[in-house]
Amino acid sequence: MIPYLIRRFFLMAVTLFGMSVIIFVMLRLVPGNIADILFDSAGFIDPAAKAQIEADLGLDKPIVFQYLSWIGGMMQGDLGFSYVSERSTLDEILPRIPITAKLAALALAFSIILGVPLGVISAVRQDTKMDYFLRVVSLSGLSLPSFWLALLILMFFVQFFGTIPIYTREPQPFWDELVMYAIPAAAVGFRSSALIMRLTRSSMLEVLRQDYIRTARSKGASDKSVNYHHALRNAVLPVVTIIGIEAAFLIGGLIVTETVFNIPGVARFLVEAIQWRDYPIVQNLVMLIALVTVVVNFIVDLLYVALDPRIKYSD
Amino acid sequence: MQAIDHQAELKRAGANRTGWSSSALYLMRRYPLGAFGLVVVIIFVLAAIFANSISMYDPTSTNARSSLSPPTEEHLLGADFMGRDMLSRIIHGARISLAVGVGSTLIGCFFGVAIGLMSGFLLGWFDLVTQRIIDIMQALPLLVMALVMAASLGPSLENTIIAISIPVIPHVARVIRANTLALREMPFVEAAKAQGMSDLRVAVRHILPNTVAPVIVLATAQLGSAILTEASLSFLGLGIPEPHPSWGRMLSESAAEYVRTAPWLVIFPGLAISLAVFGTNLLGDAVRDILDPRQRS
Repeated sequence: MIPYLIRRFFLMAVTLFGMSVIIFVMLRLVPGNIADILFDSAGFIDPAAKAQIEADLGLDKPIVFQYLSWIGGMMQGDLGFSYVSERSTLDEILPRIPITAKLAALALAFSIILGVPLGVISAVRQDTKMDYFLRVVSLSGLSLPSFWLALLILMFFVQFFGTIPIYTREPQPFWDELVMYAIPAAAVGFRSSALIMRLTRSSMLEVLRQDYIRTARSKGASDKSVNYHHALRNAVLPVVTIIGIEAAFLIGGLIVTETVFNIPGVARFLVEAIQWRDYPIVQNLVMLIALVTVVVNFIVDLLYVALDPRIKYSD
Repeated sequence: MQAIDHQAELKRAGANRTGWSSSALYLMRRYPLGAFGLVVVIIFVLAAIFANSISMYDPTSTNARSSLSPPTEEHLLGADFMGRDMLSRIIHGARISLAVGVGSTLIGCFFGVAIGLMSGFLLGWFDLVTQRIIDIMQALPLLVMALVMAASLGPSLENTIIAISIPVIPHVARVIRANTLALREMPFVEAAKAQGMSDLRVAVRHILPNTVAPVIVLATAQLGSAILTEASLSFLGLGIPEPHPSWGRMLSESAAEYVRTAPWLVIFPGLAISLAVFGTNLLGDAVRDILDPRQRS
């Protein structure tokens, strides 16, 4: 077990390292940096001042040097400074993380609570009207753009309640905070719930075909016992794996939903930083996202091994 | 016992399919959702091709008098704040979304198949290196990667296609590689090699045709997500730029301001995106059921 863990950690480190190179290179593919944008918006180009800014920010050094100073800084806990606000990137990113984290957790909870039971129902009543209806609903859930769903929810609230659920920064009592996050979380989680529903359904169907289910039924076990006690426990295994891929879906949904609902989270910050060509922020944020994805996949793999006794600690 | 109507049963099971028309009818009866999806996709494709003939107005022509007009006879789906007709913009938007979706999927699949085939066939260091790179690229969500690419390349039609096709490549390569690994153990490959066929010929003549089915399944699945990604990119302002009408950008321009005053600006472009993706997803599901029954969901 320990050698397996060590190997996984090493792989994760290599992956993250490779990611950092790719991100760094991607951002500098095209000539044009923040000095250009600053001067574009000012309307004139003063070569001396531009060169000065570039020197200050270290943009005139060769690329390899810039990359190494970023990585070297990261090792020491210094993640550089934002080009826009000139505060340290840590100061900018850290306060925004809990917001996005709460939203993501709520969205994930929502998608599981909605997706798993519906998937089970759909599988148990396969090929009935209910099944077709749920399949169409889940497919349309996958087809809806998250930002459109968020806009529609906004529109619904405005038309029927006259108010928009606004995010406020002041600390709130627990239930109020839950309600405040619930609506954007529902917008983000809907798409994931459709995915989970489809997967639960197909996984359940496969399990229900197995011999041991037939044995249980012929022994006289009730439908409820067969479906929930025997089948569901085996069917949720692939669903656990999917949660790793879920992270990807969720992040994409978070990006647009935070933009629509104006929530000051990490995901919206990424878009703003990109629009401003604020390289330090973008680099570190994308690394953070990559880190979260890799770690979540790792945890999911461990969970899977823990839940399924048939699997050994092999790679 | 009930009398069995043999002719009806045979027809239901699809016997006696003589030509393509009877096969087509059988497929439509057996996969009604897929047939519906196909119809939807065909409608969008036709709208994209004949956009100029169908739309009543030029999608970029402004008309201050009709600014923010609700759906009327003159503007069937209303008009935006610059007076541009929504229906014409949506029809032309189909052109853009389909071009980006199909273009990026084709490019991504082309390179993905090439890389996957080479990787699975040649093995050795090429395989190791590409596998690591694929793993790394898959560590990022599709939208984030497309965002960074689009941001660094700048908003334009070509760049959006490139930005979206890049995350598709590792996805396709991985599946094709797995397929190739399985195929190269098959007897017919061994036979071809024994006959002295060069590696390249074996790869192209024998292995490649057998990977077509999974590629088609993958491509139809990716098409929907490509359209959605383009919409998201344009919504965030990093996708298709000004003169071209893009459904995603139409939604960002209307966004929260007009939610109360002009709901038609929000409803129709989003509906167009959803319908297009829905159609491709339905079609993709049916194609997958036909080509690979083991994966039936």
